[in-house]
Amino acid sequence: MAMQTPAPCEYSRATSVDDAIAQLSALGGNARILAGGYSLIPMMKLRLANPGHVIDINPLERELNYIKEEGDHIKIGPLTRHVNMLESDLLARHFPDIFREAEAVLADPVVRNRGSMGGSLCQSDPAEDLSGVVVALKGQAVLRGPGGSERVVEMDEFHVGPYMTCIQPTEMLVEVRIPKRRGFGGAHEKVERRAGDFAIVAASSALAIEGGKITWAGVACSAVGPTTLHIERAEQALIGQAPSEDLFAQCGQMAAADCSPNSDGRGPADYKRHVAGVLTTRALSRAAATALR
Amino acid sequence: MATTETSPGRHPEWFAHATGDKFGKIADAPIGFGHMKRKEDARFIRGLGDYMDDVRLPGMVHGAILRSPYAHAKINSIDTSAALAHPKVAAVVIAKDLETLGLAWMPTISYDTQAVLAGDKVRFHLQEVAFVIALDAYSAQDALQLIEVDYEVLPAIVNCRKALDPDAPLIRDDKVGQTDNLASPMWEAGDKATCDRVFAEADVVAKQTILDPRSHPCPMETCGMVADMNPNTGQLNIYNGNQAPHAHRTVYAQVAGLPEQNIRILCNDIGGGFGNKVPVYPGYVCAIAGSIVAAAPVKWIEDRSENLASTGFARDYLMYSEMCSKGGKITGLRVDTIADHGAFDSTAQATKFPAGFFHIVTGSYDLQGAHCQVKAVYTNKAPGGVAYRCSFRITEAVYLVERMVDQLAMEMKVDPIELRMRSFIRADQFPYETATGWVYDSGDYHKAMKLALEMADYDGLRAEQQEKLAKGEMMGIGCAFFTEGVGAGPRRHMDILGLAMNDGAELRVHPSGKAVVSISAQTQGQGHETTFAQIVAEELGISPNEIMVRHGDTDKTPYGLGTYGSRSTPVSGGAVAVVSRKVRDKARQFAALMLETRAEDLAWEKGRWFVRGDPERGSTIESIAEFAYSATNLPEGLEGGLDANAVYDPPNLTYPFGAYIAVVDVDPGTGKVHMRRFIAVDDCGVRINPMVVEGQIHGGLVEGIGQALMEIISFDDQGNALNASFMDYLLPTALECPEHGFELGETVTPCPHHPIGAKGVGESPCVGSPPAIANAVVDALYHAKGIKHMDIPCFPARVWAAMNGNAQPPQ
Amino acid sequence: MIVNISINGQMHSHDVEPRLLLVHYIREYAELHGTHWGCDTSNCGICIVLLDDPVSDQPPYPVKSCTMLAAMAEGYEITTVEGMAAPDGTLDPIQMGFHEMHALQCGFCTPGMMSTGRWLIERHPNPTQMTDHEIRDGISGNLCRCTGYDNIVKAIRWAAAYIQEHPESARTART
Repeated sequence: MAMQTPAPCEYSRATSVDDAIAQLSALGGNARILAGGYSLIPMMKLRLANPGHVIDINPLERELNYIKEEGDHIKIGPLTRHVNMLESDLLARHFPDIFREAEAVLADPVVRNRGSMGGSLCQSDPAEDLSGVVVALKGQAVLRGPGGSERVVEMDEFHVGPYMTCIQPTEMLVEVRIPKRRGFGGAHEKVERRAGDFAIVAASSALAIEGGKITWAGVACSAVGPTTLHIERAEQALIGQAPSEDLFAQCGQMAAADCSPNSDGRGPADYKRHVAGVLTTRALSRAAATALR
Repeated sequence: MATTETSPGRHPEWFAHATGDKFGKIADAPIGFGHMKRKEDARFIRGLGDYMDDVRLPGMVHGAILRSPYAHAKINSIDTSAALAHPKVAAVVIAKDLETLGLAWMPTISYDTQAVLAGDKVRFHLQEVAFVIALDAYSAQDALQLIEVDYEVLPAIVNCRKALDPDAPLIRDDKVGQTDNLASPMWEAGDKATCDRVFAEADVVAKQTILDPRSHPCPMETCGMVADMNPNTGQLNIYNGNQAPHAHRTVYAQVAGLPEQNIRILCNDIGGGFGNKVPVYPGYVCAIAGSIVAAAPVKWIEDRSENLASTGFARDYLMYSEMCSKGGKITGLRVDTIADHGAFDSTAQATKFPAGFFHIVTGSYDLQGAHCQVKAVYTNKAPGGVAYRCSFRITEAVYLVERMVDQLAMEMKVDPIELRMRSFIRADQFPYETATGWVYDSGDYHKAMKLALEMADYDGLRAEQQEKLAKGEMMGIGCAFFTEGVGAGPRRHMDILGLAMNDGAELRVHPSGKAVVSISAQTQGQGHETTFAQIVAEELGISPNEIMVRHGDTDKTPYGLGTYGSRSTPVSGGAVAVVSRKVRDKARQFAALMLETRAEDLAWEKGRWFVRGDPERGSTIESIAEFAYSATNLPEGLEGGLDANAVYDPPNLTYPFGAYIAVVDVDPGTGKVHMRRFIAVDDCGVRINPMVVEGQIHGGLVEGIGQALMEIISFDDQGNALNASFMDYLLPTALECPEHGFELGETVTPCPHHPIGAKGVGESPCVGSPPAIANAVVDALYHAKGIKHMDIPCFPARVWAAMNGNAQPPQ
Repeated sequence: MIVNISINGQMHSHDVEPRLLLVHYIREYAELHGTHWGCDTSNCGICIVLLDDPVSDQPPYPVKSCTMLAAMAEGYEITTVEGMAAPDGTLDPIQMGFHEMHALQCGFCTPGMMSTGRWLIERHPNPTQMTDHEIRDGISGNLCRCTGYDNIVKAIRWAAAYIQEHPESARTART
């Protein structure tokens, strides 16, 4: 039986979103929301996270697992499982092929059955694939607090640092909203040491092309900074231009220059910097091809 | 290429036998060698295997080990009071407590000692410091956090090159007279003078420093034990998945001062061994001591990080080598090795071979001269070294020689396979004595190599490589041709702790004509319940369905040295063949009586003795068995019953060999390596069960992918082990393997001295694949960028560094 | 706390600590030893069981039982390897396929691997047409050290073909 195991804790289920938040308030900062569990439970087993109480929100599957189109946005519930994201025709139609590509390389197929979008985003691992996509797409996080108060946060502000978000102890992520774009094409490029591993580097790039010109761009890199990085300089360089391999190569160089990777077991900083450039170029190239399909 | 040849598709008759008999009866079992599905599957596919953590005994308590967060530190004090106060904790054992039992230190297989629990200081990261016994496993883990240890950190050595620096901290200050970190003095093989002359006369010399980095066998089931000392009977029952139960029993008898018959080791099902379950670990001794102290069964099972960080690692050989050629052929090889043994020397070696069989490093080549020397050092790392399907360091030797052949080919500017073909030992040279004293039994290397070349379409691959290069793409083709020596071993040459490396077998044919064969080999997934039944079936003509293979219980099996180093078929298989023949000979005596003729007038065909020239007159083995137990009149010298036992002393090792070709694609932008194809031609002599052999080969090839591309236990400057979980110790998944599967071929060169002509095979794929893949990656780098060497593992970052001329050995 | 979990169609009820992992509930309390464990970091897949959510349309899908608290499993139906064969002992096609194709050696990863294999077949619109890549990707969350995976891929194909020949043999955790 001697696998590593969590420290003693209490367990409760949420009956609604507001109930989950009320429990968070009542338990005063010592409680964590438990969704798929694939981020939190491994940390608890290694005793890197020792919440005194976990609040299981899986009973809220019906309420919180959705992908829907509303107005100018695609709205995704926090309990949407990675497998749902992977198989969603709505996401594939509106944001070809970036979600599918990122989800196909995120963790492994078994983890994707239970792991949730909300859980991944809230884990805020700088090497995490989905954060890269949502940041590139300039998504917004909707946070709800006690008494039903909600605030909307841009993804750049959502991720504050490694394993840190701007979510307050009595708040819960209740939705992610992605603005729709006409003429969209996106791609996710990842290098990992082995299938299922976190990225050594990943690049999420998205373009909107209309009338032969790039009208909007989203360029993000994972695992090369304290959080998923927005490569703003590249985005500005792309807007208004016609897509071209030279342009994408320049953007790749910007990504390489503007990121701040650490050396670690996955690779030294100079390698990661180089790969950020290579993958950004490749992702932009494929994003353009998809947009022009 | 979908697997159409094995896809059942529209062949309903293929399913006719898919009955899945729960007692393991196999429809269409061959009477002897051949493809046969496995009897042991019956329980595993139903989830009825009986592994370590499935053992439940009444009153059983649970152990957990507190481990050091430092690689090298003095222990000033250990405060266990808070842990002892935990309501579910029964005891906390530290070194001081073990000293009273004489168990604080234990002997190792290499005649060193190893701390069971650290007393004076800790010598590697995650070394054992305290043992908690609690009522359940969760509480045991909780209690670990309540133990306070006051450490005084010391500088750590984790680089073997620095271990012998004059200012290096002394690691084994516990050993009287130890003044440095030398673990084992220089060991040599080969003739230096001859070798020097060969080099002096050479046309081309290649030189390289090659690291075979530390990796880990990592079976899916971690190590563990349930120790049950019965204070009323003095009987110690040990449930322990280990690869050498009889040898372990002998060790425990010495260490615990109990007679062997008072110790019973039960290995039920083992979830993989690969050499990880050969050593005796501190956790085992703690469980035994705990059971004595608590007067209750104690279960200790390690978690995965303990397994990776503290149990027997593999490799960690730093080898400087030179190889030379004359007249276009390889003529000489010399190697100077530093072996990193970690903090305690617990390599599992035959006594006279402290560097194992490393001196088989001359490989498959007809060299004029060779010399190798190996010295071992202590470092602040976990102990071990001989593990992971290594055949006693043959993985290191083959890795070295096959990398050097490619290096030499680059210097000579010839194709590396062409160089091999020119330099192979020829078929007519067998039995062949190598420059370092091995006598290879049989082989036809050219035939195997040609088959591999054909299967790979080597010329087509080289042409494709050129095309890709022109487009800026990187593709590599790597070959490794290995010769292994397995089946240790002859008693005049080999012992472990003084115990001869022979194996026993006992065979009893019952009155019904069904049989049970008891063996000392210990399967960890190799299919012994099927294959050993097939050996008896081949010799006696009884169906394997009717032959039970008994193993895993030291009270019920004959003495032998266990299963590792691919020795089961060569040694235990030899014993089973010999004992079957003894039974057959005895059956002949009975048949002579039954048929009222002389024994010498009888001839054998599988399953019956018959009168030569009058085949209608015969007796089946079944009828003979019945007669053996019921005959009323037996002549002087012929005892009743139909059974026999044997102890087999192999006259030599067996020497399987193989030609492997790996094809990789390397992403020039990221350095990521993709395994495209792997062609493996193996020759292991006669194959008892081709299905089992191929399964073993598949498994070993993937382990090679792991070692070549992603497996390493590395350390930071403080000596912390950095890959002590599956987040960072990466095993290949199905996606890292060639998409359409491995391409296997075979040649059969029987072993002339083995009773059934078989050689071992389990480790061959793990021996041949790392250099084949490493050679492929280097081949890609060489043709694209002129890079001649990089060390494994070939992580993307490391490949990219090599591509840019910055290849470094891993830390 | 009392945790009630339906495993292989049978309801279990035990008083356990809230932190108890599902794998331990299955092994220690329900006393079903066929589900194993192999790591601490949710990477190996040895502990995989099938989970059926009664309110979902998905067929039962594999989950890593070491990464769920037992308490989280209340209300779901869990199928372990012991529940794969029919009550009369008839093996599930995936079990037969693993035996036929020699897709196991030590057997330790086998229960989890068969669970994933069975799921791959059930969820695929055309299982006998699964590509090598699809199967390999599908089992990429299951580590095996013994078999080298080739025969596991063949076993899953075999089972898919068997089900096509014998549609009545396809079973889900709900039967």
